[in-house]
Amino acid sequence: MKSRSYHGQVIPINRDNVDTDLIIPKQYLKSIKKSGFGPYLFDSLRYKDTATLDSNDKREENLDFILNKQPFREGNILVSKTNFGCGSSREHAVWAIQNYGIDVVIAVSFADIFSRNSFKNGLLLISLDSQTIDKILKSSLSSSAYVLDVKLSEDRILLPDNKEIPFSISDSYKERIINDLDDIELTLKHKDQIKNYEDQMKLIKPWLFNNE
Amino acid sequence: MKETLYDKIWNDHYILDNDDKSSLIYIDRHLIHEVTSPQAFDGLDIKKREIWNKKSIMATTDHNVPTINRDQGIADPVSKIQIEALRDNCKKHNIELYDLDNLKQGIVHVIGPELGMTQPGMTIVCGDSHTSTHGALASLSFGIGTSDVEHVLATQCLNLTKEKNFNIEINGKLHPYITSKDLILYIIGSIGTSGGTGYTIEYTGTTISDLSIESRMTICNMTIEAGAKSGLMAFDEKTHGYLKDREFLPSTKHYDKALQYWETLKSDDDVEFDRKDIFDAGDIQPQVTWGTSPEMVASVDECIPSSESINNEEEYLDTLSYMGLKPKTEIKSIELDKVFIGSCTNSRIEDLRQAAEVVEGEKVSKQIKQAIIVPGSGLVKAQAEKEGLDKVFMNAGFEWRDPGCSMCLGMNDDFLQPYERCASTSNRNFQGRQGDKGRTHLVSPGMAAVAAIKGHFYNVKDFMNEK
Repeated sequence: MKSRSYHGQVIPINRDNVDTDLIIPKQYLKSIKKSGFGPYLFDSLRYKDTATLDSNDKREENLDFILNKQPFREGNILVSKTNFGCGSSREHAVWAIQNYGIDVVIAVSFADIFSRNSFKNGLLLISLDSQTIDKILKSSLSSSAYVLDVKLSEDRILLPDNKEIPFSISDSYKERIINDLDDIELTLKHKDQIKNYEDQMKLIKPWLFNNE
Repeated sequence: MKETLYDKIWNDHYILDNDDKSSLIYIDRHLIHEVTSPQAFDGLDIKKREIWNKKSIMATTDHNVPTINRDQGIADPVSKIQIEALRDNCKKHNIELYDLDNLKQGIVHVIGPELGMTQPGMTIVCGDSHTSTHGALASLSFGIGTSDVEHVLATQCLNLTKEKNFNIEINGKLHPYITSKDLILYIIGSIGTSGGTGYTIEYTGTTISDLSIESRMTICNMTIEAGAKSGLMAFDEKTHGYLKDREFLPSTKHYDKALQYWETLKSDDDVEFDRKDIFDAGDIQPQVTWGTSPEMVASVDECIPSSESINNEEEYLDTLSYMGLKPKTEIKSIELDKVFIGSCTNSRIEDLRQAAEVVEGEKVSKQIKQAIIVPGSGLVKAQAEKEGLDKVFMNAGFEWRDPGCSMCLGMNDDFLQPYERCASTSNRNFQGRQGDKGRTHLVSPGMAAVAAIKGHFYNVKDFMNEK
């Protein structure tokens, strides 16, 4: 397995239940593309005004919001608390995070559908205990720069004070992030088994097929 | 070995195990709408892949559609492109689409059950988290992202890791005018918005048995707000009664066989769940959310809690500041600007009947800028009109709209202006959900109707006793 690591500034989002409406508001879900969502990440917190996909020229930034401050603006490791990504199934939330340039999200816990969407797109999610998260949030908020080294192949994070934090991640998740797999192709390798299953079901549950 | 209902449906759709602890699971029904499908169809095109089973798919336009002046077409050019993309994709792939000109068009989670496309024992997915709704008909149903939409289009399967089993048992009788909406809000308030994360929740108990299927759907619908992707309820006589004569049910040729299978769709007696919580329906009063997460909820006769009862004081104060409220405010003193009755949570005929019973002979308060009723489907709308409910609402000063998701998420023209406060029968009170800086309070249809009449929150039970 190739080694993969992420080095960069933490963006602390010090709250529980960061929901997908907050990550990317609904007016941007009208896009039929997978890209271009970066400017709208945390839109309602980031800007004082609102925009739409076809009217977004001049935005007034909310300078109190963390993403509009240095050095956080250039951060690529987002850190938050419990139940991150709760709410709707919009994959646009993951795309917005990735489009912005964020490589890793570290939180106490993640919502199920958001986790799955992140997995599908190779966005690295890491769960850590709440004491460690609180420490990272506090340190990053109180220092001008707070840079982490996330070493995926070694399952550990290196803090600025050189302390190491281990994390656990499944091999399949790791493989996906490193190798950019085509899920559909992998599943279609089982085409015959899927067809066999269908043939069986046509006998057992015939009403499910062709509205017979 | 004894099995839960979830175990049974899972095993019936299991094809094989993958190396990574996930299993390949067959999907019977795929529901699609305009917002989460275009990128999936694009993905198929790029790889030149075929759709596995077109007949398993049903499409509708709901999230983005106007609920007024439909004859004038869709004014917003960006919405129009998205809706036209769905039309093109359905036409190209020969997929059944319930579009704006069809009486059967409506919110995907309303029309699936209504048309009999949702059937017991099925696995059902949709690119929408409220797919959990369909679990009320003993089907394993859950929301997926767009990559998974593409995966199901191409393979009819998903690679899933099995969730744990969580049983929520509710016994006893709900007080008059207390609904399943109050029940599920109360449960979310108790277990929290991540209480169900990693689980499939099965609801059991005498309260559930007593509820109609439509009321059960409201509970399964908001199961995602408790963190679980799927809510489930066993098949029973009421399920059977609801299904009878629905358009897409099994034909007479196979009906008895289907029914025989459906009757097995309940957890085995004394099966062990990984987690079990028990609630008493008699404890529940009308619920009103006061914050920006569905777990921030109180009974209408209570006050907003003080900061001591919340873990994170900073977040609590931020929430109240967003909501424009003060600690310990009486819920009943909160005044509203708008009222929205609709959404996949509460836009079925029973919901409209509950609201109409309250509204009959009353007038919307002058303080309310707008009160809208958005039926969940064209068929719900037609039924309500047949019963004269539209007249009851319009005579009182409500607007009577065409079906769609509407102000639940405000993707169309129905949304809150900054700082407006809304009593809403929808499912999410997140910041900006109903409109930038808008303030949402989640309630039952009866409670929303009373709020429209009074201009502030009021206990629907008291209102009906005084009426």
